[in-house]
Amino acid sequence: MDSPANPMVMVFDGVCLSFGGECVLDGISFSVERGETLVIQGAAASGKTLILKLALGLIRPTRGRIFLFGEDATEYRDEQWNDVRARIGMLFQEGGLFDSLTVEENVAYPLLNQKRAPLTELEIRRRVQESLDFVELGHTLDKFPSELSGGMRRRVGIARAIVTQPELLLYDSPTAGLDPITATTIMALIVKGRDASHATTIMVTHRHQDGELLDRYRWDPSTSALVPAEPGSTRTRYMVLREGRIVFLGSPAEFDACQDSYVAKFASR
Amino acid sequence: MLDLLKRPVYTFQEFVLLSIRSVRGVFRKPAYWGDTLIQMDLIGVGSLPVVCLTGFFSGAVMALQMSRALQTYGATSQVGKIVAITMVREMGPVLTALMVAGRNSSGMASELGSMKVTEQIDAMRALGTDPVLKLVKPRLLATAVVLPLLTVIADFLGLVGGWVVACVMLQLAPGAQYWETAWRAIEYNDIAQGLIKPFCFAVVLSLVGCYYGLQTTGGTQGVGRSTTQAVVVASVWVVVLTFIIGRIFTKL
Repeated sequence: MDSPANPMVMVFDGVCLSFGGECVLDGISFSVERGETLVIQGAAASGKTLILKLALGLIRPTRGRIFLFGEDATEYRDEQWNDVRARIGMLFQEGGLFDSLTVEENVAYPLLNQKRAPLTELEIRRRVQESLDFVELGHTLDKFPSELSGGMRRRVGIARAIVTQPELLLYDSPTAGLDPITATTIMALIVKGRDASHATTIMVTHRHQDGELLDRYRWDPSTSALVPAEPGSTRTRYMVLREGRIVFLGSPAEFDACQDSYVAKFASR
Repeated sequence: MLDLLKRPVYTFQEFVLLSIRSVRGVFRKPAYWGDTLIQMDLIGVGSLPVVCLTGFFSGAVMALQMSRALQTYGATSQVGKIVAITMVREMGPVLTALMVAGRNSSGMASELGSMKVTEQIDAMRALGTDPVLKLVKPRLLATAVVLPLLTVIADFLGLVGGWVVACVMLQLAPGAQYWETAWRAIEYNDIAQGLIKPFCFAVVLSLVGCYYGLQTTGGTQGVGRSTTQAVVVASVWVVVLTFIIGRIFTKL
């Protein structure tokens, strides 16, 4: 697989995606280094979620190449994708929890399905409890997703995404439709998840506050709270999409200074 | 003209591809026996009351309607034979399949459709599970096993319904004669036809339900649309298939 010499976790090279002749992503090229944080913003239907789905192999590009962990994954078969997916954690917009399974079964699902290094039942239980404690929902093991609030479902989704300790974490609009307090709690957990495991993080969001939190704060384990980070220490970059094209890709300073009227709408000015 | 044909041809192509993947999936691991047993319970045990009622009353109605015609020709002794042949060859398999289409194809489409619009199918794939193996295969296997069994039950209850009307209510023929003519009328060809049909219907019903579920787009409205389409398409296929299989068997 990838070598330590190759710092690129993900590379999109001229990726295009069409549905029924209509181009929804056009010439998408970017790369994400190990340990980096990428915040993807853009208007609705600009193709943000599609980038995450392409990165997981849930849809295939019409043109272009996708490299994951140093390997060209564009032509991978489903079995090969499953090996790559085991290294990626994903939080879907609505959580994507299975209605018919309890919280415990939902969080254990990725551990039960991973082929490499199968775990014992005891180890699975321990990892699930640990993961749910991480999102402060250790007491909800026997509940079903329908019994949880929207914010709790997202937190269980985060627990499921991090339970395999993945190298790459993808978040699809984790705060969409949540009240500001719950949204901040979710974002704090995402920052905590990133800093606890030093995982590469890609987050799609509509809210500029979410990007700011990822960029300007870090998780302090000694105080168990978010504290201001040294400028540039979180290695965060911003990407802005418009109608399937990248219109901005750069550092937080460049993002704040960008004069483009469309990009400025997503910056905190 | 080409644009008009594009959509149905595409739908048929996707359905065939799902069918091939599902049938290949039957021989692939993991087996998901637990899910298959749950589906057998839902489809088989769950459909039992409605199938029993339908079978009983279809046999009863047939005996009732035939009684007048048979009295005209003085052939009331043949009522058992007519009920048996019609139930085993046609009415049992078709009515049972239509009941299961209404109950379970719609259920599969709505369940899988809801999973699709709430990103559970994507999550399943992202977590390394093939939805065809986990969701379609158990439903296909379960329906293929229980539909022929439900049909046998419906056939028998149809004969009982015919007996109640012909022998108990109208007293057209003695009970022993009814059962004797019914028993003698059924040939191996009829039994084969009566079991092959539900098996073919089962494959189509489950795959149609799963196909429309997995193709769902457009939120809760889309789930409703998929459910309706699944029931309509599955029911039409039942009627078309019964004609095709019936035609094949009449040539044998």
